[in-house]
Amino acid sequence: MTDISSISSQDTAATASDPRIRPYTINFGPQHPAAHGVLRLVLEMDGEIVERADPHIGLLHRGTEKLIEHKTYLQAVPYFDRLDYVSPMCEEHAFALAVEKLLGITAPPRAQYIRVMFAELTRMLNHLLNLTTFGLDVGAITPALWGFEEREKLMEFYERASGARLHANYFRPGGVAFDLPAGLADDIWEYTEHFPKFVRELETLLTENRIFKQRSVDIGIVDRDAALAWGFTGPMLRASGVAWDLRKAQPYDVYDKMEFDIPVGLTGDCWARYLVRMEEMKESNKIVRQCLSRLPDGPVKVDDRKISPPPRAEMKRSMEALIHHFKLYTEGYHVPAGETYTVVETPKGEFGVYLVSDGTNKPYRCHIRATGIPHLAATEMMAKGHMLADAVAIIGSLDVVFGEIDR
Amino acid sequence: MSEPEAAGSNPPDTHNTVPVPHPIIARARDLLGDAVIAETVIHGEPIITVKREQIADALLKLRDGALAFEQLVTVCGVDYPGRPERFEVVYNLLSVSKNHRLRVKVTTDEDTPVPSVNAVYPSANWFERETWDLYGVFFSDHPDLRRLLTDYGFEGHPLRKDFPLTGYVELRYDEDQKRVVYEPVKLVQDYRNFEFLSPWEAVTDMQLPGDEKAVKPSHWDASRT
Repeated sequence: MTDISSISSQDTAATASDPRIRPYTINFGPQHPAAHGVLRLVLEMDGEIVERADPHIGLLHRGTEKLIEHKTYLQAVPYFDRLDYVSPMCEEHAFALAVEKLLGITAPPRAQYIRVMFAELTRMLNHLLNLTTFGLDVGAITPALWGFEEREKLMEFYERASGARLHANYFRPGGVAFDLPAGLADDIWEYTEHFPKFVRELETLLTENRIFKQRSVDIGIVDRDAALAWGFTGPMLRASGVAWDLRKAQPYDVYDKMEFDIPVGLTGDCWARYLVRMEEMKESNKIVRQCLSRLPDGPVKVDDRKISPPPRAEMKRSMEALIHHFKLYTEGYHVPAGETYTVVETPKGEFGVYLVSDGTNKPYRCHIRATGIPHLAATEMMAKGHMLADAVAIIGSLDVVFGEIDR
Repeated sequence: MSEPEAAGSNPPDTHNTVPVPHPIIARARDLLGDAVIAETVIHGEPIITVKREQIADALLKLRDGALAFEQLVTVCGVDYPGRPERFEVVYNLLSVSKNHRLRVKVTTDEDTPVPSVNAVYPSANWFERETWDLYGVFFSDHPDLRRLLTDYGFEGHPLRKDFPLTGYVELRYDEDQKRVVYEPVKLVQDYRNFEFLSPWEAVTDMQLPGDEKAVKPSHWDASRT
């Protein structure tokens, strides 16, 4: 798995005048299957030992923050899908909550339940990708084949709710875009009945697998203090023994009504991160089931025509509805001046939106706190002294997606 | 191509020197003394502005003091071109053990460096690199202040308000030269920035005879009259 993209041409051999052997500089990526996207990792090697790891990011930089400053609040929502394209709805969730906070509105209960349910389906979607490709990085092919089949089923739910498999644009400030179509709730319920069995089967492939454990146990250990100092969040922090989850500590939407546990790792190595994510999928399944069994009836967006668009049928009859629709999709709504840093627990950790509004229809500043940045910044700390092949395992366990890191 | 700041744009000024009652701000004030130069609470979120030279010291006290902010979750810049010191550097702190947050701000301009807090929080390393890259805020004593997100050899700081959305250069692969070439941006049509701030609102914002009888909506503020 550790093929080397290129080796620098500098002379590494010792000469008579300088008997020291200079370290090899290896360029890992940006086109490498184990780089999880477009990561260019410049490694300085002493033989096969990593001495220095310098990730070069930004190859996928699209200027999302700048673009959002030039778009209305509603037009900014799809950009969040394209950040972490493995867990799109969770990113939208942060932005929707931030705008709702500035507008001083709350989504109706049904919308909150739908959002929590889809946020948890997204967690399953994300962890399925990360765990199975992590397996792929360290030599296991079957988990990826199984996981992608389940991901396909979950993305079908995405498609039925929002019309898109990946870039959903479903969570909007003030609720969700549409109500669930007929039959979707039943199908998701049916899916959750057999999902735990699938997770158990997936575990039989990896958890106690000898090769997998040899590649992940005691690799990239991060202790509690280091994880906090380096700004780790989410499963990365929990794997190091810190019981911290925003869904419990600072609950948003209806997370405070849900019963679930927070799995916490003990060892802080790659294997612990894997175990935490595996357990989280089971907890997510529980939350989805609780949402479905308690899903209330009612509207799915705020009943304020200045913020949420009127139903299509009403527009055929009501002039006022037509005007509201036109104004919302051209001018958008004006958000009162203010600022907020709103966070959600995405599958990768704390995803935050620092939104500054100036009273106009466009954000004045929208800083996106990408989850993966602090994790990737700590690569050198984790990989130093490990073998080159372990660096691959460490990157796999970080759960990095360059859509959000590069923004 | 530079776009003027939209008319009526009125970003919030968090530079409030009057003490506000908030438990975390009160404790931060006790801890930091006169390093705190402004404080405010917006939507329940405590915000303090500290003296630029003392930011590293202030964050150290906030981390090790009773407030126990173990984590620096993000650092970002904000550009307010109308102000004497146009940049704000915003540090968002989180305490995992106490479960509270605090936003710490410093102000600076293009030339004045901000002390790096890399020694206090290692996570600041990349956040400061990003702020330097996107805003051109210089951090002194930073061990490795390279650009983070933009291209190798990029010029300018793209998130400044006076940097055009389209940028200055575009790149393409040149078949003849067999390499990627950089060229000035050529647009088929000018970038269109639609102005949706209604001129009628400006009229209705004025005090016309008889307006004093009406209740003014809360989102109208005095600065727009």
